[in-house]
Amino acid sequence: MIERSLHEMAQALAGKEISSVELTGLYLERIARHNPLLNAFLTVDAERSLAQARQADERLARGEQTALTGIPIAHKDIFCARDWRTTCGSKMLGNFVSPYDASVIERFQAAGAVLLGKTNMDEFAMGSSNETSFYGPVRNPWDSTCVPGGSSGGSAAAVAARLSPAATGTDTGGSIRQPAALCGLSGMKPTYGVISRYGMIAFASSLDQAGPLARSAADCALLLNTMAGFDERDSTSLDRPPEDYTRELASDGGTQPLRGIRIGLPEEFFAGGCDQEVMQLVEQAIAEYRKLGAETVVLSLPNMRLSVAAYYVIAPAEASSNLARFDGVRYGYRAPEYDDLNEMYSRTRAQGFGAEVKRRILIGTYVLSHGYYDAYYRQAQRIRRLIAQDFAAAFRQCDMIVGPTSPSTAFKLGEKAADPVQMYLSDIYTIAVNLAGLPGLSIPCGFARGLPAGLQLIGNYFSEAKLLNVAHRYQQVTHWHQARPDAFA
Amino acid sequence: MSKAWEIVIGIETHVQLSTQAKIFSGSSTTFGAEPNLQADAVDIALPGVLPVLNKGAVECAIRFGLAVGGEIAARSVFARKNYFYPDLPKGYQISQYELPVVSGGRLVIQCGDQEKEIRLTRAHLEEDAGKSLHEQSGHSFVGRSGIDLNRAGTPLLEIVSEPDLSSSAEAVAYARALHALVRWIGICDGNMQEGSFRCDANVSVRPLGQTQLGTRREIKNLNSFRFLQQAIDYEVQWQIGTLEDGGRIEQATVLFDPASGETRSMRSKEDAHDYRYFPDPDLLPLVIDATWIGEVAARLPMLPAARRESLIADYGLSSYDARVLSASLDLANYYEAAVAEAGRPNAKTCANWVMGELAARLNKEDREIGECPLLPEQLGGLIARIGDETLSTNIARQVFDALWSGEANSADEVIERQGLRQISDSGALEQLIDELLAANPTMVAEFRAGKEKALHALVGQAMKASRGKANPQRVKELLRAKLG
Amino acid sequence: MSLTLEQVRRVAHLARIEISDAEAESTLGHLNDIFALIEEMQAVDTQGIEPMAHAQNLAQRLRADQVVVTDQMARRNAFQAIAPETEAGLYLVPKVIE
Repeated sequence: MIERSLHEMAQALAGKEISSVELTGLYLERIARHNPLLNAFLTVDAERSLAQARQADERLARGEQTALTGIPIAHKDIFCARDWRTTCGSKMLGNFVSPYDASVIERFQAAGAVLLGKTNMDEFAMGSSNETSFYGPVRNPWDSTCVPGGSSGGSAAAVAARLSPAATGTDTGGSIRQPAALCGLSGMKPTYGVISRYGMIAFASSLDQAGPLARSAADCALLLNTMAGFDERDSTSLDRPPEDYTRELASDGGTQPLRGIRIGLPEEFFAGGCDQEVMQLVEQAIAEYRKLGAETVVLSLPNMRLSVAAYYVIAPAEASSNLARFDGVRYGYRAPEYDDLNEMYSRTRAQGFGAEVKRRILIGTYVLSHGYYDAYYRQAQRIRRLIAQDFAAAFRQCDMIVGPTSPSTAFKLGEKAADPVQMYLSDIYTIAVNLAGLPGLSIPCGFARGLPAGLQLIGNYFSEAKLLNVAHRYQQVTHWHQARPDAFA
Repeated sequence: MSKAWEIVIGIETHVQLSTQAKIFSGSSTTFGAEPNLQADAVDIALPGVLPVLNKGAVECAIRFGLAVGGEIAARSVFARKNYFYPDLPKGYQISQYELPVVSGGRLVIQCGDQEKEIRLTRAHLEEDAGKSLHEQSGHSFVGRSGIDLNRAGTPLLEIVSEPDLSSSAEAVAYARALHALVRWIGICDGNMQEGSFRCDANVSVRPLGQTQLGTRREIKNLNSFRFLQQAIDYEVQWQIGTLEDGGRIEQATVLFDPASGETRSMRSKEDAHDYRYFPDPDLLPLVIDATWIGEVAARLPMLPAARRESLIADYGLSSYDARVLSASLDLANYYEAAVAEAGRPNAKTCANWVMGELAARLNKEDREIGECPLLPEQLGGLIARIGDETLSTNIARQVFDALWSGEANSADEVIERQGLRQISDSGALEQLIDELLAANPTMVAEFRAGKEKALHALVGQAMKASRGKANPQRVKELLRAKLG
Repeated sequence: MSLTLEQVRRVAHLARIEISDAEAESTLGHLNDIFALIEEMQAVDTQGIEPMAHAQNLAQRLRADQVVVTDQMARRNAFQAIAPETEAGLYLVPKVIE
């Protein structure tokens, strides 16, 4: 059962092969068995999940199910879920039981999906290894001495270890795609604005976007159908007609289903800096795409090299302001001892936030402060425009861009933890996509030294269905996405 | 005050906009609810919540821009002003910084007989903060403050003047004119006790003739015209005194203490602020097109200056009367409705009554014109009866009282019921006068001896005898005829 | 350019994060490494380039001026159940000095 696609699971539920309570119980049991090692889940509430499963079974019995009714889904602990502890990986929110549901949570509830638990993450989504979580690091199911990537590391590890059929994540600079790559999963960050940010605890508001983490592109499409849609509570939510993201998957394109698709290969993605074995796997995937009928065209994204610099101005700046609300007044952690208001603030925040979060708040505060705004923030926003223009020019020559997701496979726990800059550079291929607001997808493309490697597909605005189809065609002729870490049979 | 100093004042006014809901949330803006009942998830800044802009607040800004002849930005941007304060739940205030919704414009103020045009710098939309309540009787939180976020997120229009004001009197005249305007165009209830209209005054002094501005100090949160005047007067004296004693003025934010009449530095503002403004990534640029501006303009009432001109032209009022009667839209509308009933020839009498009897009575009972128990049609009906000599002025006051207290619905009803009709009929009056002359031979003699006073005494006797109903003008005419 | 210890302390104060001398020292090192990375962008000529604040070039959507009706007391109770310290419906903090 655990190797079935979401569509197959839905069929099993509809056909009474298994009930939602049984399916949920199966995963709860796997979580109980494996989570002590992986630390992928921060909160599991079997009773609550099983109650939802019972409701889903009733709905199934009435024949009123949707594509996800009765299927357990794990959610990154960045999404507020009513009456669930929602920590965002931080001590600051260790006691925060959300009084409301995020838009994404509401949508899964409405679809009848079961909330399986809340997954570990880098604190406030700031990290690329899941090591900044206050609740301890997550381990990579492929090698428990390695990181799962981040910041959606708990969601990625959970799905890879088959502790959940699928999960949600968020991606501000690669936080879905990079852990997907490092854990051998398919993960998508849609166009900015496609999924509501309401109830998703903000890191960098202009870059944050939720998305699915699953075992295949087809599963991602199904999840996106539920997650995407206009929400009037988010001013940046896009008011567009609903789409069926699975619509291109079913058609039979023959032996060359991607004939007519032009794949752009940016020089900057292939100019070194990437692990050799990973790069070979990417090249092989590109060769596979040519076999599927796609053409390739070499092009350039000349300003992409500046994306990490621009990102580490814009994201911390927005974060420094977004995280100001954590002040110990209305919810969350408050320092036990203080003499006055300022001490209450500064101790609450010193004790409630971890080192990486504090570092980014300080960077953000500095770049916005008087006398530095133009040199840093405004300059970064101009660079952002240049990067977006590079992509616009590229998409006049191609339908999508392909390259590696991450410059390496999963690295060892602790390997980069002491060196923030090295950690930041692990997102070098993913960050530009967030700056431009484009959709991006990572799919597994093989193994280097026993660890999964990811292929990144970047599309023009609103090309999610096409990206998912192109990923799906690859997954129809390869089997990397079906590989499972041995320890989690 | 020494004549060697010039005073330079600019005013920033926070005007609470009369919307139903808050500027970025669906909470009510009603004043006076129990603490934190009107604070929703957005207002208390729960993690993950997001702002969505209230169209009503934007319309208020457009109205204001049109009313002061400012430029309404086709595209303006919301920015975050970052600072920590317990009544600021997000740790930042959403405001506008580089691109405000309204730029420029002007306001004409009346200072004594002089008119002066004050230039406006800008007006921008922002959200209000909550309130910090300090320990007070009835609460046990000694040494603590309590935070009420009901006001957090109430829409504000911050209106910034150029430093064109040169005395506390001008500052007050400006504040009064602005207060009248924002109420006139219906964007603010103007309730200063409830904090709907609050002024900050930027005050500096410089030796007369010096072109460079002196260092300014900002007096925060003045919520009455009297405090505005007192605070500026004190601050000006203090600055001049400091400079004349050889001291220097440091830029500072100060508070006015009405009890002592003095200003003092705010302790919380001691560390220099660095607000780290940047465009709010949760909000997109506010776009206002010409069509929308046109729609708002079409619904805007005639503005005070134009209304004044039309009162002068239509009713022959003096410019003083016109100014008084256009102090508020309600008052001007009341006046014109009264005239419509009384008839245009009685326009001046209407003005006298509205500005006299009616204003005095409202003032005595501390009511606004909008809360006047007497409908303008009722007052107009009363004045019509004065105009056609049915009522004397004195009797009219009795009728006014009856209408005010609700004893009757119209002047005619009071007149009929109480038999108050004025006696102007010559036959009836002649009989009365004949009796009077017969009974008062001394007065008659005195009048004939040239004492004009005696005539007044006789008129008084006639009024007394008729219980006030005799038409005094007619009585006088008849007396002269008989004695002449 | 590189930051000074004094700047680190000032920024920490603006951000209301208590920082010990030892932390300020180590933070200074990290921040300088990060700013070395950021400096790369300073050399780029961006004259005439419009700063990009949002991915989509769209206008702000507006909500109708309408109050959302709700059970205010139940809402306040739910919100204040997770608050560190409240009394009589108020959030309590150390005394605010103006």
